[in-house]
Amino acid sequence: MQLLPTVWFIAIAVLWTGYLFLEGFDLGVGMLMKLFARNNTDRRVLLNTIGPVWDGNEVWLLTAAGATFAAFPLWYASLFSALYLPLLLVLVALIFRAVAFEYRGKVDTARWRTIWDWAIAIGSFTAAFGIGAALALTTTGLPLNANGDRQGGPFAWFSGYAVLGGFAVVAFALVHALAFLALKTDGEVRHRARRLFVRFSPVALLPLLGWMVAVQLLSGKTWTWLLVIAGVLAAAAAWVLARKGAEGRAFGALGAFLVCATASIFGAAFPVVIPSTLDPAFNLTISNAASSAYTLGLMSIVAAVGLPLVIAYQAWTYWVFRQRVSAAHIPAAHGFLPAIAAKVLIGHAAPSGPDAKHARHNARE
Amino acid sequence: MDALEIARWQFGITTVYHFMMVPLTIGLGLVVAVIQTLWYRTGKVEYLRMTKFWGKLFLINFIMGVATGIVQEFQFGMAWSEYSRFVGDIFGAPLALEALLAFFVESTFLGLWIFGWKQLKRGVHLACLWIAVIGSLFSAYFIIVANSWMQHPVGIQMVNGRPVMTDAWAVFTNNTALVAVPHTLFGALGVAGAFLLGIAWYHLWRRRHDGIDTVGADGRAIPGEANIPGRDKADYKVWINSLRIGAVVAMISFAGTAFTGDLQGKLMFEQQPMKMAAAEAACHDGTGFSVLSVGNVGSKNCNDIVAVIEVPGILSFLAKGDFSTEVKGVNSLLDEYKAKYGTHLPNDPLYGDRAGQEIQYVPVMEVTYWGFRMMIGFGGIAAFAALLALWVTRRGAVPQSRWIMRLAVFGILAPFGANAAGWIFTEMGRQPFVVAPNPDASGIDQVFMFTAAAVSPGVSAGELITSLVVLASIYAVLLVVEVRLLVKYARGGVASAMPELAEARHGEKNEKKDDGGTPGAPGQPGDSDDVLAFAY
Ligand code: HDD
Ligand code: HEM
Ligand code: HEM
Repeated sequence: MQLLPTVWFIAIAVLWTGYLFLEGFDLGVGMLMKLFARNNTDRRVLLNTIGPVWDGNEVWLLTAAGATFAAFPLWYASLFSALYLPLLLVLVALIFRAVAFEYRGKVDTARWRTIWDWAIAIGSFTAAFGIGAALALTTTGLPLNANGDRQGGPFAWFSGYAVLGGFAVVAFALVHALAFLALKTDGEVRHRARRLFVRFSPVALLPLLGWMVAVQLLSGKTWTWLLVIAGVLAAAAAWVLARKGAEGRAFGALGAFLVCATASIFGAAFPVVIPSTLDPAFNLTISNAASSAYTLGLMSIVAAVGLPLVIAYQAWTYWVFRQRVSAAHIPAAHGFLPAIAAKVLIGHAAPSGPDAKHARHNARE
Repeated sequence: MDALEIARWQFGITTVYHFMMVPLTIGLGLVVAVIQTLWYRTGKVEYLRMTKFWGKLFLINFIMGVATGIVQEFQFGMAWSEYSRFVGDIFGAPLALEALLAFFVESTFLGLWIFGWKQLKRGVHLACLWIAVIGSLFSAYFIIVANSWMQHPVGIQMVNGRPVMTDAWAVFTNNTALVAVPHTLFGALGVAGAFLLGIAWYHLWRRRHDGIDTVGADGRAIPGEANIPGRDKADYKVWINSLRIGAVVAMISFAGTAFTGDLQGKLMFEQQPMKMAAAEAACHDGTGFSVLSVGNVGSKNCNDIVAVIEVPGILSFLAKGDFSTEVKGVNSLLDEYKAKYGTHLPNDPLYGDRAGQEIQYVPVMEVTYWGFRMMIGFGGIAAFAALLALWVTRRGAVPQSRWIMRLAVFGILAPFGANAAGWIFTEMGRQPFVVAPNPDASGIDQVFMFTAAAVSPGVSAGELITSLVVLASIYAVLLVVEVRLLVKYARGGVASAMPELAEARHGEKNEKKDDGGTPGAPGQPGDSDDVLAFAY
């Protein structure tokens, strides 16, 4: 039965594409909290562009991992255990990032915000890098033995490909975020984002292009080489469109570039899911790593119903929050209003009386 | 410690931690959805305030459930790769479905709820919360289906030494899961009930303490007002309603857990008799349930354990539903297990240093015995306290005693303890198996996996200890941050979640007419403001 494993290989490639496309910009926006935003108002503009959607975007990662577990348990087991330490770092990054989004505004002091801003920026960077490295390694090879276990110690996975893949996703996320901000914000932030996109995208997309070509050199096919060329054209189109100020279409063209990238990479790797650098006989492929036809069939039915539904309601969310965010919409930060004269554990010492409280509230920022 | 032990500690710590956040998310989510529905139907100001206040605490907690859940999803592959290879054909499916059918729904619709107060129509906005909450119920269902398969493997056939799914219906309607799901959901409601009760008690106490509310000669509360945002008469209603809802929820929860727990006990008697015997620390066959035993419960020597208080017949009732069936003790079960599953671990490199060792079929009895009793005990105490609280506050006022208030606040911890104890009992009682063999006819007996063979062969003890230390320290720090934020916002009262109350106080009209949720009514300065205050 080769049909179902192939379908699921494609499905997982689609899930990763969805993940990189959606979380790509929110990871990028996270990094831009430190690289781009000039003051607290800018940062809140940035946060508000991704606030309603970042958690939904992150579930694409969970679904990609879960689907790999269900459809190719041996792929999931070998990849995740081989990359133990780098994935631990990704987890730590994702934990801090998630918590930071929610907790950043919960205490109204500059120090508190600075801590969580760094958590968002470093967390986003580390997660993007680690996931890029992991994906690059699953397409270029890991030192796996016959059982699929990593040989050679905790760092045996390290290779130039890991670094290339890491930078590829980081740099892509950064320019993707700029394109997104140009589309989602208004005012100064919008124009600056577009300018920076035009200036940096030709360079920033190079590592991803490098990874695409590297995989082609290892195991490319004619049609995947053609996808690389299509990708280059899409990237060029994105650049031209952004220069012309067509923000929506530029963002779309960049998305087309990403689709070409993942399709050319996964297409070239197919049907191998992790090449073993020790012995090609140990390669994990869609046939020896897959679940039974029964499980794959069941999953196919559910995914055929579920995935379009997910895409539909996520699209609706973007529609609901389609309005551009700008600094003019950002009110002053809310002071915390303790309703009682009690000591407060984090943040301000409690003011002494009801009137003092109210005065403080009005005077904030 | 070797890799296996570190990996087990890590799984236990991270999962128990995740399950601190989860029941509060599930339970509080349901309660907030009900309250917002009340607001939608009655338009009463106190329900809007309750929605915002409890919603805010819900979100502070929710995010930690998300952050720690990602670790759960990854660690099967990272630390338990052999396990993942063995069970992937069955176990992966519910996990993938959980992400696809539950997590997407929850995260997307919760995002809409948080940010959509102004953008969405009131009914649509409410529907978003309900959809998110139902998503979290699905998430509980799917993950428990996965867990139940480890307790009671069904719907499979062995092919080349690995189980292969042959009957998805059997997997998704596993009787173990069908009783564990409601049991866990009722357990989650218990957490929410105590949470509402404790915090509402604190505020009622505070209002009396600050002289806002007074008590008349007939013992009835007389709500007052203070010149502080949010400390008006509606505020009193917020807390007394919350207290009553919380107390009722806590009592329903205990009745529900007791009923479903009883069903679970009967299944356990059939499916994992050793766990049942270990829960009782009963070496010999018998019918009595001991309320208290002395001696070294962890000992494998039966004569060390003396039941001090034993209620005859109860054990049989838990297991079989009558008062006379002899429940097998550890001694007779040991021989059965040895005969069926061997006396020594196979001589296979997968077992590492443990290859060829004698198998310890008896779980750690201190843990199973006390885990079982703590689960029931903490749950029962919370329910009893809730009943008392309803009685004491029947005239609408809480006593002025600071100590009783403290008790109510610390009582919030009891259902958390019950939940943790329940899981620790379930999971450690399953040892030495990670996939437990089922001697009864409804399971497929020869499908099992020893925990010793489940850990990742390629991962070193050094890597595992690194991750254990890193995760445990991060979790410890974040727990402090979360609890402090919860305390800060809980103490802050409604105004901390609704800064617009400060403005409303001048105009008074604002709140009632606008209800904070009319869509497309921009213009007032505070407008976009309160949405953001709620979100960030
Ligand atoms: C507030 C929480 C709470 C309360 C009050 C109870 N439980 Fe419970 N119990 C749980 C929370 C819980 C849990 C954390 O949700 C567990 C762990 C695994 C599971 O399915 O539910 C559990 C497991 C669990 C199991 C183990 C199932 C297995 O190993 O397969 C049994 C037999 C019971 N419970 C029985 C009871 C009885 C007879 C109770 C009371 C009168 C009771 N529980 C109250
Ligand atoms: C959320 C509540 C849960 C808690 C509190 C919990 C608790 C634990 C604990 C304490 C251990 C360590 C056992 C030991 O030391 O021997 C453990 C092990 C384990 N649990 Fe759970 N568990 C929970 C749910 C689950 C679920 C839902 C699954 C599966 C989907 C699961 C799968 C496992 C696995 C794979 C192990 C490792 C093997 C072992 O040591 O038995 N657990 N869990
Ligand atoms: C070891 C087994 C478990 C795994 C692999 C797991 C996985 C996850 C993941 C990945 C998340 C984050 C989802 C997000 O980003 O939105 C999460 C959160 C959550 N989990 Fe767990 N979980 C486990 C145990 C449990 C149990 C036993 C329950 C319920 C009884 C549960 C119910 C939930 C709920 C309600 C949330 C709230 C947050 C959310 O879904 O977004 N989990 N879990």
